[in-house]
Order: sequence, then structure tokens, then C-alpha cells
Amino acid sequence: MVRKMVVGLFSLALVAAFTPQAVAQAARDYISIVGSSTVYPFATVVAEQFGKTTPFKTPKIESTGSGGGFKLFGAGVGVEHPDITNASRAIKRSEKEMCQKNGVTEIIEVKIGYDGIVLANSKKAALMNVTRKDIFLALAKNVPDPANPGQLIANPYKTWKDVNPDLPAVAIEVLGPPPTSGTRDAFAELAMEGGAKSFDFIKAMEKADSRQYTAVCHTVREDGAYVEAGENDNLIVQKLDANPNALGVFGFSFLDQNADKIQGSVIEGVPPTFEAIADGRYPVSRPLFFYVKKAHMGQIPGMAEYLKEFTSEKAWGTEGYLSEKGLIPMPEAERQKYREAVENLTPMPMD
Amino acid sequence: MNKHTSSQAGAMAVVRRGMAKRYRAERRFKAMGILAIGASLLFLALLFASIVGNGYSAFQQTYIQLEVFLDPEAFADTSLAAADYPGMIKQALRRMFPDVSGRGDLRQLYAVVSSGAGFDLHQRVLQGPQLVGQTLQVWVPADDDVDMLVKGHFRGDGAQSEGRLSELQRGWIDRLKTENRIEKRFNRTFFTAGDSREPELAGIRGAVAGSFFTLVVTLVLSFPIGVAAALYLEEFAPQNRWTDLIEVNINNLAAVPSIVFGLLGLAVFLNFFGLPRSAPLVGGLVLTLMTLPTIIIASRAALTSVPPSIREAALGIGASKMQMVLHHVLPLALPGMLTGTIIGMARALGETAPLLMIGMVAFIVDVPGRLTDPSTVLPVQIYLWADSPERAFVERTSAAIMILLAFLIVMNAAAVYLRKKFEKRW
Repeated sequence: MVRKMVVGLFSLALVAAFTPQAVAQAARDYISIVGSSTVYPFATVVAEQFGKTTPFKTPKIESTGSGGGFKLFGAGVGVEHPDITNASRAIKRSEKEMCQKNGVTEIIEVKIGYDGIVLANSKKAALMNVTRKDIFLALAKNVPDPANPGQLIANPYKTWKDVNPDLPAVAIEVLGPPPTSGTRDAFAELAMEGGAKSFDFIKAMEKADSRQYTAVCHTVREDGAYVEAGENDNLIVQKLDANPNALGVFGFSFLDQNADKIQGSVIEGVPPTFEAIADGRYPVSRPLFFYVKKAHMGQIPGMAEYLKEFTSEKAWGTEGYLSEKGLIPMPEAERQKYREAVENLTPMPMD
Repeated sequence: MNKHTSSQAGAMAVVRRGMAKRYRAERRFKAMGILAIGASLLFLALLFASIVGNGYSAFQQTYIQLEVFLDPEAFADTSLAAADYPGMIKQALRRMFPDVSGRGDLRQLYAVVSSGAGFDLHQRVLQGPQLVGQTLQVWVPADDDVDMLVKGHFRGDGAQSEGRLSELQRGWIDRLKTENRIEKRFNRTFFTAGDSREPELAGIRGAVAGSFFTLVVTLVLSFPIGVAAALYLEEFAPQNRWTDLIEVNINNLAAVPSIVFGLLGLAVFLNFFGLPRSAPLVGGLVLTLMTLPTIIIASRAALTSVPPSIREAALGIGASKMQMVLHHVLPLALPGMLTGTIIGMARALGETAPLLMIGMVAFIVDVPGRLTDPSTVLPVQIYLWADSPERAFVERTSAAIMILLAFLIVMNAAAVYLRKKFEKRW
């Protein structure tokens, strides 16, 4: 009895171990998508709609981060490589070079809309009204010395009132994503760098020593005022709810979904609303993209239909279902431009 | 003699003098033990209370009753499958609230029911084509925001603090409530559907199926290999430097962080053998690597606990070494091996890190049916939901954790039961 069982298990193990070889390289009948965790909530909605309304299978979407997505996407052409990668930033030169080296020579770039990055706090506290300069002074590691213009000193500010006398005398405590996050990159680039530029000597640095310039603008203080709260934005929302003195940095869709608990700070007089981000008045917003491997068009079933679904008005239009999920639509002309690029499969320039 | 008694009395005095102190020390020691158990039970209770408190409401879902007229004209020049079911739902809503007009207000009205409502209707008509032309009373799932409001998860009063629902929408919901057209029902979708971006349509079936396939592969591979390795090492292998080296390595592997196995799986199974990404097959292979050391160590412990007298008796009456092992030692050691295997499986069930590297952290709607279909597993589903902005996913995350905990409790209870039932002590 025992012997039979052992023999049976062994043969099962052998069968299980060797059958996959045959199926591994078979054609893939679903679209494989990788990339940014910021685009993930939007791409998944489109994928689900596409799966329900067409005879094709629902695409598989992995949330790998923008950089990780490009790495997988650019690894080559063929069914074992993904067809589309989502990104919360444009493709970098180095990533283009990697794609070309691996034979991915024709890529279609599609911008899908905008995402606002908000600085929010609990509704139990007062609404903050800040400028990008305040954000830079509150969060940068080194800030201009008020006593000695043109010099940088380690950030001495303890409360928001120290930064700007109009702000409340509350200790600076900002919960935000870690450096691996695309949201953090965009926050540093748009909010902090935007604020740093208001100092002429830092702005002059951009031409003279661009590496030092980036270091000054993007380096966040490490003395506990900025708390790295992990990639999970929901967690930050919960912590803000528990601690009314703290502020949090995350994407607009989380503010939108938790409007009963938190409020988005007004930045340079503009509140982070859907309309203000859409028409570009809100200063801290970034474009979102996806990139399509042209060589896979026609090879993987449903590619053209998926692209059509994504670029349709009912998805990314001003009243489309993506706007319901917090994606900020592009202006009409831009939507038209990218829709045409998709219809004609126009690859982007590769150099 | 006298001297003897006096020294005895002296010793007794010493003992008595220390007695109270020793009793005190013992009581302190016991109290500390009880305190330790109490503290861990308290943390466990807190964990369960917070998960159950957050998650129990996910087993119910708000439904809205609509009166849908299946207009024969809508089916006139199209097949049953292609008819405009969402349109019929919208029409039913308009008929229910005839005073609503204007594009913006209508959009708000349509947003009260789930975007999957038309799909439900679709299924019903496909099952009973004779329904066309009739007026049906159908219960359709409410939108997740409405669900949250009905369950009381939106806080505060006044227009500002009610989250994503407008004054108008709340008025409609109140009216539906007075007409008894809105009610909470058992959330079947949660158990029968795959993942979805709409919380009211999302379920754990896809993740449970993925976990099942992954664990089947893990069990089928790791149990026989683990037992065979343990048997050879314990019963047949000579004691030399090589077997020592192997033993050190096995113990080492048991302590390696699981992400390392994921990286190995990526390099070997995906890049070298070209197996498909996100497949339960590869997930199972990776988890096999992870659980093998646990199983080998447990199996070896079970084999050493079989007394040598049994081996000697078997050999003494003329059994071959293989007969001795298979007929006598293995059956006696099997309960211990099974316990180790179940504990290893339970650990594999809760693992996410190695699966991240092989693409099983993904949005997958279709329930997997084969070992090579893309799929995800329960803990990954929990992670993905915890990361979703929609508020209704908070309770679903906790509900999925409850399901996972239930599976773990069942597995660990089975391990305890097997050990109690079959374990022999010598």
C-alpha cells in the first residue's frame, strides 16, 4: 500500500515536471501588460471592460513599476515578452537603447491622461494653503540660509510657521512614498524642484552644475520630518486620519476616493480638483503613458481592439469611465493626436 | 549519632530558611509564563478583532431592485448576446425616477447601480430567452459607493463629509429605502467571481483556484522528493564529509529568505527553461524549492524517532534493507512526515515574495483552469486589494484575509490531529 502510494507520487511528480516543456512555448492567447503601479488602476479597468465586451480573454496586468516594466518590455520580441508596458513617466534614452539592442525597434507611445499628486491632511485639521517654495523649504535636506544668501545649510525648520509665517505652528511631519516610487520622483521633480527654482542661485546651478542642482532639488531631509510610509497609499490615508497634524503625499485618485476623511492642500492658490488638474492650473501633475510593441500587433489576439477600447471616448474621454476612477483626461486635441497614432500604428522616434 | 542528627537538623533549617524564597521564585516564574501567554493571546485577539471587525461586512452586498422591461425592439435586430443590456438598466432607472433630467443628473443616477448590472441581466436572458417582452423585477448589485453608504462606512453628516455621493444621490437612496427596493444580501459574487476593479464585482475565486493549483504542484513535487531525500540521508547514506555538507546546506536553505527562491525561479524556470510567466506551474516549482528543506528536516526527525529495535527486528527476521524501510520504518514515520509537509504547505500558501519575481502579482480576471493559465494566489490578491484606492476594497481585503486564515487554521488543525492520532511514542 505504502509502496504503491510512493510509486504513484513519484510518477505524478515526473509527469508534472516534464509536461510543461511541451506547452511552454505555445502561442499566448491573452495580452500581457506590465509596468507602473500608478497606471495599474486605470489599465485594469480598461482590461476588464475589454474582457467583458469582446470575445477576447482579459489581458493580464502586472504591477512592476515603470522602470521594471521597461526592463521586461525591452527584453525582446516574442510571446514570452510583454506586449505593452505602462509608465508614469516618459521612456528614458537608456531604456530606448536597451529596447533597440534587443530588437524592439518599433514602439508606439500613447499618453493616456494626467495624474495629480496631492499634499493632503485629515479633515479634522485646518486646510493647508502652501506654495511649492514652502514645500521645498519644509522638506529639502539642504535649504538656502536665510541669514547668508547664496549659501546652503542643513534644513533648520521645525514647524510650518518657521517656513512661512502664514502657516500654522504645527511640526512638519509629511508621510510619503519611498525613493523607489514613481510618485516620489514626480513629487520631487514637480513640487520640490519647482519650489527650489524660486531661488535664483539654485536656478543658476542648473546650467553650471546640473548634478548638484538635481541633488539640491530632489534630496529629501532625513531628520524625521519626512516619513517614508511605504508604497501603499491606503496606509498613508489611514495614518493621516489617525494623526491630524501630519500631511501625506499620494496620487489624486486616493484623495478622490477618501474625500470624507482627507482634504487636499491648496498649492499656490489652486486646490487639487479634477478640473484644476485637467486644465493645468494645479502645478503638481504628471502625464501617464503606455508603450506598445508594434511587432506584436497581429501576433497576439485582441491587441488592436484593446488599444481601441483604451483610446475610445467612453474610456479616456472627459466623461469616460477612467475619469470616474480618478484619471485626469487630456484636452480634446491631444486625445485626437494619440488616437491617430494608435490607429495608424505610428512608432515614436527612437533616437 | 548525635552529631549526625544535629547536622541533619542544620540542613533542614537551611532548607526551611530558603523555602519561602524558593516558593516565591516559583510563583514569579509561573506568573511570568501566564503573563507571556496572556500577552500573546491579547495580540491574537486584537488581530482577529480588527480583521473581523473590518471584514465581516464584505460578506454582504447591497442590492437594488429594478423593474426592467425587456423591450422586444431592443432584441429586434441583434442576437441575445449582443443586445444593449446596460441601456435597459438605464431605462429602468429613468422610469423609476422620471423627474430626473439633464445629462449630469442622469449620469449620477446611472452611477447608483453597479456597472456590472447589465451583465447580470445578460446572463438571465441567455438562460431564459422566453423572458424577452416581459417586465422583470431584478435585484442588481449597487455601486460600491452606495454599498459603503448603506453599510455606514462613510462618516459624518452634511454634504461635505459624505464622500463621493452627492446630495441628490443620497436622496434617491433614501427613497429606495422607503420603497424597500434596497437591501443587503449575502455576497455570493465574492466567492464565485475572479478579480475585478469594481469592488462589488470582485471575488476571490480566481485567487483560490490559483492557490489550489500552485499548492497541488508544490505538494506533488515536494512531498515525494522530500521524503525520498530524507529516507536516503537517514537510512542509506554513509556518514562522511559529503553527507555532512549536504546536511549543512539543507539546514541553510530552510533559513534562506523566500525572495531568493523567487529570483532563482526567474533565472532558471522562466529565462532558461522558458516556462510561461504568471503560471501556477512555475509558482508551484518555486514554492517546492522553498518547502523542500522544511519537509526534509521534518521527515528526518520523524525517521530518527523510530526506535532502532524495529529496524533490527526487521533485519533479524530476514527483511532486506529496502523492505525494512518501506514496510516498517516509513509507515511509522509517515505521520510525522505528513505533519511537516502540512506545515510547509501552510507556509507556502501564505507566501507572496517569491511569486512577485515570476509575475504572479498581477491583475487577472479570468479564473484559471489549467496549470499554465495566468493566475494569482490568495495572499497576492490581499496585497493587490490593500493597494486599491476604492474604499470598498478595505473590507474585501479583510474578508479575503479571513478566508486565508480559515484555510491556514484548517491545515494546521489537520497537522495537529494527524500527529495526535497516529503518532506512536516509545
